[in-house]
Amino acid sequence: MATTHVLPKLVGQRIKRREDPRLIQGRGTYVDDVKIVGMQHIAFKRSDIAHGRIRRLDVSVAKALEGVEAVFTGAQLAELIRPMPIGTPFPSPTHRAIAVDVVRYVGEAVAVVVARDRYVARDAVDAIVVEYEPLPAVVDLERAMTGQPAVIHADFPNNIALPQIASGTGVDASGKADDTKIDQAFAAADVVISQRMVNQRLVPNAMEPRGVVAHYEPGKGSLTMWSSTQNPHILRSMVAGMLGLGESQVRAIAPEVGGGFGAKINIYAEEYVAAAVSKALGLPVKWIEERTEAFVATTHGRDILGYVDLAATKDGKVLGLKLRLIADIGAYNMLLTAAIPTLTMLMANATYDIPAIRATLVEVFTNKTPTDAYRGAGRPEATYFVERAMDMLAAELRIDPAEVRRRNFIPSDKFPYATQMGAVYDSGDYEKALDVALAAAGWEALKAERDAARKQGRLVGLGLSMYVEVCGVGPSASLPTGGWEHAQVTVERDGRITAATGASPHGQGNETTFAQMLADQFGVPLEHVTILHGDTAVVKQGIGTFGSRSQAVGGTALVMAGARVKAKMAKFAGPLLEAHEADLVFENGIISVKGLPTSGKSFKDVASYAYVPVPLPEGLEPGLSEEAFFEPKNNTYPFGCHISMVEVDRQTGEPRLLKLVAVDDAGTLINPLIVEGQIHGGLAQGIGQALIEEAVYDEQGQLLTGSFMDYAMPRATDFPRFELQAMVTPTPVNPLGAKGVGEAGTLGSTPCLVAATVDALREFGVKHIDMSLRPEKLWRIIQGGRA
Amino acid sequence: MIPTGFEYERATSVADAVARLRASNGAAKLIAGGHSLVPLMKLRLSEPGRLIDIARIPELCGIRQVGDAIEIGAATVHHDVATSPLIATRCPMLAEAAAEIGDPQVRNRGTLGGSLAHADPSADYPAVILVLNATIHIVGPGGERVVQAATFFKDLLTVDLDPQEVIVSVRFKPVVSAGYAKLHQRASHYAIVGVAGVLDIQGGVVRSACVAVTGASTHAMRLSNVEHALAGQPLNDESIHKAASIAGAGVAVVNADVHASEEYRRAMIPVFTKRALEKARARSSA
Repeated sequence: MATTHVLPKLVGQRIKRREDPRLIQGRGTYVDDVKIVGMQHIAFKRSDIAHGRIRRLDVSVAKALEGVEAVFTGAQLAELIRPMPIGTPFPSPTHRAIAVDVVRYVGEAVAVVVARDRYVARDAVDAIVVEYEPLPAVVDLERAMTGQPAVIHADFPNNIALPQIASGTGVDASGKADDTKIDQAFAAADVVISQRMVNQRLVPNAMEPRGVVAHYEPGKGSLTMWSSTQNPHILRSMVAGMLGLGESQVRAIAPEVGGGFGAKINIYAEEYVAAAVSKALGLPVKWIEERTEAFVATTHGRDILGYVDLAATKDGKVLGLKLRLIADIGAYNMLLTAAIPTLTMLMANATYDIPAIRATLVEVFTNKTPTDAYRGAGRPEATYFVERAMDMLAAELRIDPAEVRRRNFIPSDKFPYATQMGAVYDSGDYEKALDVALAAAGWEALKAERDAARKQGRLVGLGLSMYVEVCGVGPSASLPTGGWEHAQVTVERDGRITAATGASPHGQGNETTFAQMLADQFGVPLEHVTILHGDTAVVKQGIGTFGSRSQAVGGTALVMAGARVKAKMAKFAGPLLEAHEADLVFENGIISVKGLPTSGKSFKDVASYAYVPVPLPEGLEPGLSEEAFFEPKNNTYPFGCHISMVEVDRQTGEPRLLKLVAVDDAGTLINPLIVEGQIHGGLAQGIGQALIEEAVYDEQGQLLTGSFMDYAMPRATDFPRFELQAMVTPTPVNPLGAKGVGEAGTLGSTPCLVAATVDALREFGVKHIDMSLRPEKLWRIIQGGRA
Repeated sequence: MIPTGFEYERATSVADAVARLRASNGAAKLIAGGHSLVPLMKLRLSEPGRLIDIARIPELCGIRQVGDAIEIGAATVHHDVATSPLIATRCPMLAEAAAEIGDPQVRNRGTLGGSLAHADPSADYPAVILVLNATIHIVGPGGERVVQAATFFKDLLTVDLDPQEVIVSVRFKPVVSAGYAKLHQRASHYAIVGVAGVLDIQGGVVRSACVAVTGASTHAMRLSNVEHALAGQPLNDESIHKAASIAGAGVAVVNADVHASEEYRRAMIPVFTKRALEKARARSSA
């Protein structure tokens, strides 16, 4: 008798996010919703100049205001907590959570106020008087490298945070570079493309700014923290270390988190300060970031200058690539700051088999907000530099941009493919992705459409970009925090399933995707599965959500733990059903013997039995709760191809995106609807970078685009309907075959929009345009072309 | 983003609002949609001790036909102007301009009177109000007075309005052959340059034209040289092109910021003047 499937298989289905109803209805609990009796509010006095020595700091008026509990200066705070730690093995200057003598960027904290409410706290901040001796602001990146107009940190001459490191062909384990092969490649080239490109600074702008509640309980000697973070377990470890507490004395909770985009990986001064202040005063304190603060006090993204040289034959076969990277990291090293541009080096091959590559990297301090991870973190920059160079090569040789890429792909039979940059691409079929995208977009027809539009005088262009990403970040050798993820799965007495994951979703939809997997694994309804996350007291261990790793690493840990529970449950069910455990089937809420679906026991009854096991089967402990750690042996490498069509207004220079086709291969998909949502979000941010987003500083180091009135965020009206197509090349790195998709959208879209815009303006002789593609910038190219 | 402390009260009528303003001795400010005032308060650039809310005063809301004129209450939100069938039919330029203000959130909260009183140099309404030769009806302690749009906008964020006065309504004779064209600032969606144009056409000849620009300078202003160039000319591509090409030539102070240099803004005035006039022409023949 055939089994009737009552419960559908959920993995692979377009299930709507379970998280959304509560979030849409305003029923989520964010940090700002946390209220504790006696809670005080803290606010920061921040530097309004980019560089200066504090000559006078008068907090007396602020302290005397009614409702002010305390005011701490940097010097006072320095007695409570250690200097800020970083998470990378690079040299770093002393960084105090609150500046002690010198301020180095607009937004750096100089004092903190503790008061009974936010209004009093803010009034007190305004009452603090600071006098600075201004120092020259270091703003221009390449000038900064000469130590001009000032040196920001005395121990870092010429503002060099990280002296040049090299990687690629001919670089040995000690980092010593032998340039013979790269020089030969360029000597043999018929054509060399050289271009300076800026991958500009961006402001992450999560919808929910940061925030923290710290509650130190002197009676218990323990600290509980709620924070809008992507990784509560890392927060716990770092805060414990900073305050000299044991990790067991600190509980960190990430409640609902309204987006992070990488900027909530870093553990911030405000988190350490809140914890220290709560401990010092014995009072719970809350800090909620204002939007104006978020623009300057939350880390920025990107800001890498690349000098790109590409050597090729006249047939378009690439012989060599030189990538000289200079990263503007702002005023300090934060948690992962120094490591982010190394990912740009790591991905210098992009999707291509390039015989010789030399990548170098220098990191430079400037008087700007520090940079750190931002959606894609180093990989969009690599994709951008290489793809732009490939476009320039195609244009130079008058070869179709698709064709020039086809001639250089890493062949699909070469995987796993070890690049000379140190990556091992797990699986891929780049030519297929290109072909699928060309077919989906109707590439030849689009070209005809473009040419017809040009005949009417319209400025229309096409762009195409390949990308390969590094996701599913692990193993521990590649991540100082540890490159694993942890999970615990419990079948409760009533047959409901509680699963705790060390992943810390903040918009990724893991409460849905993880439940889909467990519901399938145990043959129970989705509603019977609860996913817990973001609380170190509930989830014993964890790393967190970043690097598109939740599904690939966290999801695998979860099904591993699930498999362990299931195996134990089968041991309880076997004797009840007088069957061998290997013959049992979990389906439709029933555990039955294979081939005898009506013989079964309900899942719930077996669960109850496991908790009151009379009799207790030989060799079994009661209960159904197991955990697992999963550490992948390698990262995953999702890939894809994006195609766009852009029209530029000849009179105004305004670019308009007419069409965007994205073919993305993220491996096995658990929930295509959520995957599409992730891609849409990534595309929005990638297109935003290309067209409108830009952190612009003036010569004094003031952020000119420091509010939503001036910093343009992409809106739905900026986009055409995205045309998506999924391709599935499973990864061998984890049993799910899933690679990760959180960041992918930002990789292909950005260079492909720039390519399309350059193509649209080709008649004016332009070969490359730096982002953002501001109308005035394009208008000037059009004007210049006429002159 | 934390304002200083303030008191809040709601006025029940225009007379009540005026009385409350007067009683506050300059400490109070009016609030309707709050889309200009609240951001300033959050940045502590404006620190009123009291807010008098006029958003729900019935006599300040709504769009009415009064004889051959249209009257729009000062507290009418942009969305209502953008979607009013009366405006769409009788004065489509105004609906067009209202529909391009900011974003849906702004359009559903921000009001006509608030926009005019605040007089942001890049706001859309002022240019439109200027070319419609609208009258602005104001009530204050001394009673009602009527101000011509042409004399209302004085300078940067400065209009002919006493702190104790309330804008009640705007009145104008609707015109179909008019257009508004705008270059959007891509963060705020204010106008980098916005041009409104009205054409009075008879027998294919422009009897008179009214053209005004916003976004370019300290405040919205008429482009009289363009108006003169069009007056008496046959309406065709050439006359529009010729008139538009001198748009902005007489404007002494042109803004420059991170979004657009003075050079670019100057270059865009003729572009958007032409577009506005072409829209007006298209509507005149429709």
